[in-house]
Amino acid sequence: MNFALPKRRTLALFAVLLPLAALLAWVALRSGPMAPVQVTQARVESAQLAPALFGIGTVEARHTTRLGPTVAARVKYLDVDVGDVVRAGQVLGEMEPVDLDERLQALQALRKRSQAALREATARRGFASAQAERYAQLLAAHSTSEELLLTKRQELAVADAVLAAAREDLVRTTADIAALRAQRGQLRLVANKDGIVSAREAEPGSTVVAGQAVLEVIAPASLWINLRLDQISAAGLAPGLPAQIRLRSRRSEPLTGRVLRVEPKADVVTEELLAKVVFEQLPTPLPPLGELAEVTLQLPALAATPVLPNAALHHRRGETGVWQVADGRARFVPVKTGRSDLQGRVQIVAGLQAEDTVIVHSERALTDERRVQQVTRIAGVQP
Amino acid sequence: MISLAGRDILHSWGKFIFTGFGLGLLIGVTLVMAGVYRGMVDDGQALLDNSGADLWVVQQGTLGPYAESSSLADDAWRQVRALPGVARAANVTYFTMQVRKEGDADDTRATVVGIAADEAAGTPGWPPYLVAGRQITRGHYEAVADIASGFRLGDVLAIRRHRYEVVGLTRRMVSSSGDPMVFIPLKDAQQAQFLKDNDAILAARRRSAANPAFNRPGVPGLLEAINASQSASTSVNAILVRLAAGASPEATASAIERSTQLSVHTRARMQDILVSKLIATSAKQIGMFLAILAIVSAAIVAFIIYTLTMDKIREIAVLKLIGTKNRTIAAMILQQALALGMIGFAVGKISASWSAPIFPKYVLLIAQDSVIGFFAVMAICALASVVAIRMALRVDPAEAIGG
Repeated sequence: MNFALPKRRTLALFAVLLPLAALLAWVALRSGPMAPVQVTQARVESAQLAPALFGIGTVEARHTTRLGPTVAARVKYLDVDVGDVVRAGQVLGEMEPVDLDERLQALQALRKRSQAALREATARRGFASAQAERYAQLLAAHSTSEELLLTKRQELAVADAVLAAAREDLVRTTADIAALRAQRGQLRLVANKDGIVSAREAEPGSTVVAGQAVLEVIAPASLWINLRLDQISAAGLAPGLPAQIRLRSRRSEPLTGRVLRVEPKADVVTEELLAKVVFEQLPTPLPPLGELAEVTLQLPALAATPVLPNAALHHRRGETGVWQVADGRARFVPVKTGRSDLQGRVQIVAGLQAEDTVIVHSERALTDERRVQQVTRIAGVQP
Repeated sequence: MISLAGRDILHSWGKFIFTGFGLGLLIGVTLVMAGVYRGMVDDGQALLDNSGADLWVVQQGTLGPYAESSSLADDAWRQVRALPGVARAANVTYFTMQVRKEGDADDTRATVVGIAADEAAGTPGWPPYLVAGRQITRGHYEAVADIASGFRLGDVLAIRRHRYEVVGLTRRMVSSSGDPMVFIPLKDAQQAQFLKDNDAILAARRRSAANPAFNRPGVPGLLEAINASQSASTSVNAILVRLAAGASPEATASAIERSTQLSVHTRARMQDILVSKLIATSAKQIGMFLAILAIVSAAIVAFIIYTLTMDKIREIAVLKLIGTKNRTIAAMILQQALALGMIGFAVGKISASWSAPIFPKYVLLIAQDSVIGFFAVMAICALASVVAIRMALRVDPAEAIGG
């Protein structure tokens, strides 16, 4: 009975030490560099990809009219404010004429003066003409010298010229008055088409230079999106493509549209292609100009080919490929890829067949002959 | 043959095991400390490996995007790409900021990486592998996050003024300081990094409007043009270059430096910058702790063995009295010390392996460190037993009788 005690102790000691040793062995093999890499696998599917293009753009107006005076002037009054609907031909405001009326009055006085000068020149010419005729008759009767006749004829020619000058002077003054009247008319800011006032950039009393805008009018029916697409992923961009538009302020309400045109010039700085996308139906209320919109363009579906998630693709020494499992170890298989869609599926043109199994996710970067362990979800990844 | 050490251990096995566990936890802390150092070096290495680049083209005279700030024009890559030896060149931006999950009050410190859009895998800068989800396919508003950030698939992140949906998760993509990375498309990242916030933009507009040089009467459109130019962002932090097969890194680097007036770092140089410059002080600090822990462990082992020997001083005296050789007694104490060391190491290794993933920073336990650690523990135990052995051998056999 005496050795029962040490035996029990030995058992107890081993009961502690054996699990400890087993645990150590497990830890040594299952953690750290010796452990197999956890991977998840997926089957290569044969599917039709429907590639799509994604880009962002801003809401812009196709037709924007910037109304302002053609000469430097002061704003007299404005009848409309931002957001007001205007009709074609409506007077929206006026610039102050400043001294235009006085200049018009001066010109009118000048015209009267020109008319008087014309009358004077006509009278002088009539007298000179009569004189020249009389002296011609006198010379025929040898009652005067030829020199006097020549003098009278010269006076007639001068009177003719003065008359012509007076006539032209009147024409000029009349034209000046018409020009000033036209200018006076231009001081009125008139809408050239139906639209909405989108900006009021000067207030009554402020002076603006020639060409500076006072009011900006946009045609609401002409709203479009100036879309920018990365050049790398813009293959297939063409007019007429259906578009799904998500305005920044209305993310949950996707709108439909289509590509109106693709701009012939790309942006060299941002390396983007530009396109114009129009709404199928104008949203109400109208989106503000300059609002950001996310646009997805749907391209026609491609023929069925083997496809893979893009997470399965890796790059090694200049080659694109996937990792496959062979005898519990990783093996790199080079593949050739084709088009891809926005869900991250990529066409496999060569290197794999449908129904092949490849590694999609891995716990760490894989190397050749690395031991792998297939799991449904990598440890530490929360569903 | 009866093992004296074994019998003694059996006699007081509970005490022995508990002492071993205590010692093991101390060894575990030491191993974790070594793991922290290895983790720091590995973080730096991971940063280089994950970028997938052979050369880093950065602002002239700077140490690059990881060690100091660097800013260069975003169209410089075209010139780099055209040079012989360059297989691929891609812009990249790195910046560390607080990233908030939508709906969460707390934000997470993360390194936001702007990666160039591309259809094919393997563009330098992209995360080389994923643990869930997919790579970025849209040129805007998608993100791939490191799982250490705590984000999940489908989460919506707020980075500056835009919102990004997490579409993929990756692992061990960290900055040199261990912050998890969040990959977003380059154009968004450029905006987030170089574009000022809305308040700053409004303030800048007000300042420009108040400046008579920028807001001249008689020059319509000047102010708008100035404002537009002030909010443009056309900079990146670096260009990642992948070499063509057979191209020499040094020769290509000097060719790029000559033709672009930018600085180029090779992988070896970048590694040197990251390991020797960025983490040198931290590494020294950890080295100090490691040395102190080793000394403390040795002292504790010595003390424990000494106490264990003191406890059975009477038994040793009896052994001596019955004519046991000194060598046998010394071997007993040494064996006990080594057994204690083994238990301690096993407990330490297990506790370190289990606790490593809990630490906020990466703790890398490598097999080599474990092997070195094992032999170090054995050596320390053997040395520590010397004091106890000396004392045991000095015991007077008479003490067995006299007490």
